[in-house]
Amino acid sequence: MATIRNAALDGLRIAITGGTSGLGLALVRAAHRAGARVAFVARTAQAVQLVAREHAGSTGIVGDVALKDDIHPIALQVLGGLGGLDILVNNASSLGRVPLAPLADTECEELEAALAANVLGPFRLTRALLGALRASAGEGRGGVVLNISSDAAVTAYPGWGAYGASKAALRHLSAIWNAELAGERIQVLSVDPGDMDTPLHAAAVPDADRSELKPPAVAAAEILEWLCAHLPLGARTGIAA
Amino acid sequence: MALRAPASWGPHRHRRVIAARHAMQRPPGAKLLAIDGDGALHHHARHELVDLLEAGDLLVANDAATLPASLHGEHVRTGREIEVRLAQRRTLDPRDVHDFTVVVFGRGDFRTRTEDRELPPPLRIGDALALGPLRARVERIVMAPRLAAIRFAGTAAGIWAGLARHGRPIQYAHLDDALALWDVWTPIAAVPAAFEPPSAGFALDWRSLERLRARGVSFATLTHAAGISSTGDAALDACLPFDEPYRIPASTAEAIGTARARGGRIVAVGTTVVRALESAALGDGRVRPGPGLATQRIGPRTRLRVADAVLTGTHEPGTSHFELLRAFAADAILRRATRELDLRGYRTHEFGDFVFLQKECALAHFRMKGFSRAPRLWKQG
Repeated sequence: MATIRNAALDGLRIAITGGTSGLGLALVRAAHRAGARVAFVARTAQAVQLVAREHAGSTGIVGDVALKDDIHPIALQVLGGLGGLDILVNNASSLGRVPLAPLADTECEELEAALAANVLGPFRLTRALLGALRASAGEGRGGVVLNISSDAAVTAYPGWGAYGASKAALRHLSAIWNAELAGERIQVLSVDPGDMDTPLHAAAVPDADRSELKPPAVAAAEILEWLCAHLPLGARTGIAA
Repeated sequence: MALRAPASWGPHRHRRVIAARHAMQRPPGAKLLAIDGDGALHHHARHELVDLLEAGDLLVANDAATLPASLHGEHVRTGREIEVRLAQRRTLDPRDVHDFTVVVFGRGDFRTRTEDRELPPPLRIGDALALGPLRARVERIVMAPRLAAIRFAGTAAGIWAGLARHGRPIQYAHLDDALALWDVWTPIAAVPAAFEPPSAGFALDWRSLERLRARGVSFATLTHAAGISSTGDAALDACLPFDEPYRIPASTAEAIGTARARGGRIVAVGTTVVRALESAALGDGRVRPGPGLATQRIGPRTRLRVADAVLTGTHEPGTSHFELLRAFAADAILRRATRELDLRGYRTHEFGDFVFLQKECALAHFRMKGFSRAPRLWKQG
C-alpha cells in the first residue's frame, strides 16, 4: 500500500530539515527511494556529506534552522538545487534542555533555544520558501508544508515544558497558516509521528524500552503515505494540472 | 541598437531625483501614479493598486528570487582585489550554474557609485579568480575592460553552497545600509534566477494576493532572470538588457488565454514580465508556455501583443526600462508623467514609488475603475 502511494512522490521536489538522523534521515531515505528529488538540511558538514553520498542526486545543505542568518542561504540552496520546491518538511527539533527538567529548573536560554529551533526556524524557512510553494500549488504539483509535531504539543507532560510549549506553538502556527493560505492552495499540515526510537528520544528518555518505540523508518513510511493523500490530484497521478 | 530618448526630454542630470534610501519593500507612504489609456494621470497610494484592477483581469508577476550575485575576491595573477557581479546565465536549469557572464570591478564597495568604481586589473583568458570558497576561470573577454565570461569549478551543489555562503546581493550606493538576501527577495520569490530584484514584485504582499482573489482578479507567475540595471560603463549600459532566459508555466499560459477570452486585461508586474510575455507571444494575444530566451529590445516601435498594462518603478528617461515604457504610451504622455513624478516627489530606484501604465488607445481596455473619461463609451459600445 505504502509503496504504491509513494509512487506519487516520483519527481516531486522535497526539502527535509534535520535530515541526517532519526525521523529526518528516515524521511530522506524513503522519499529518495520513492523517486523524489530530495534536499536535506543538517548542522554537521560531515553528516551531511555522508548522507548525500548515500543518496545519489540528493542535495545536502549545511545549516542551522535555529539561526536567522542561515535561513536564506539554506533557502537559496534548496531552491537553487531543486529549481523550486513542492514539499517542505520542518522536522529538525530541539529539546531545549537535556536532560529534561521541570520548567522551574529550565533556563530562559534553554526555552529560547527550543523556540528558535522548533518555532522561529520553521516559521522563517517556510516564509522564505512560500513563493516557491505557491508556484508549485499553482502548477498543480504540490505546495505542502509538513510540520513534525508531537503528542507533547497537546498533552502537558511534566519535564517536557520547553519542548512541549514550542511544539504546541508550532502546531497552532500550522493551523493558522493553513487557514490563511487555503486561497493559494498551499497546505500547512502538522503530524505527530508517535514515540520513535531516535537520538532525540534517547536524549529525552535515556532508560526507555526501545522495543516499545516505533522504528523511524516505519513512521517515515506512514507520514509519506499520509502526505501523498494530501497532494493535489495532478501530482498524485503524475500529470501536472 | 540602443534607442535614445528624444532631445526634448532635456538634460536628465538636472532633474530632481529622489532615490529611496531604505530597503523597505512596502513602505507605508508608498505612492502610485496611474496613467490611463488616454494619458490622464491619477495619484494613488500604492496599496490602492488592487482597486485599479477589475474582475477578469490577470496580474502576471516574476517569481524569480534574487541571487547573491556580488562576489568579492581576488584576481589571482595580479593579487588585486576585485568584485565580480554575475550578470547573465544561459538557462534557468538549476544544474547550469557553471557559466556566467560577469561584470568585474576593481577594489571598493557599494558606498562608491557604480559609475565611479575602479576598473579591474586587465583580464586575460585563463585568469584565475578566487571568490571566497569559489574558484573561477576567465573563459572569454566579452567587452574589455569589465565584461567577461567565467566558468566556476566544482559541482552545481558546491557552486550553490559557495554562492549562499559568500555571495551578497548586488548593492546600491543610494541605500543607507547593505542589503541582505531577505531584503531583495520578493514575497513570491521562488526560483533563484534574478541578478537584481524584480522589484515591482515588492508591491505584492500576501494580503494583496488575497484581495485580488476576492475581487475576481486572477494572479499568475513566470520566472524571468531579471538582469543588472547598470554596469557603471556607458558603452556596456547601452547593451542592456542582455539576453535573459525565462520560463512560463503551462498554468500561466492557460490563465492568459482565459483572461483574453473573457476580455480581461493582462497586467505585467514589472518590465521583466513584459519582456518575457512579448518574447513568448504567439500573435493572437496568447503565449507559448515553457522555457525561452528574451532577446528583443522593447521600445517605442514595439507593438505589444500580450501586455495591456505594466506596474513598474519610476524610471528615468534614457534607461532601457524607460525605453520599454515607450511601447505603452506616447512620449508626450510619458513626458507629462515624468514631470508629475518630479513635482510630487515620487522616489525612484529599487524600493521607490510606482507607476501603473496602461497601454495607450487600447479601446477595449478603458474600463479601469476611477478613470471616468472614456469608460462609459466603451462599456456600451
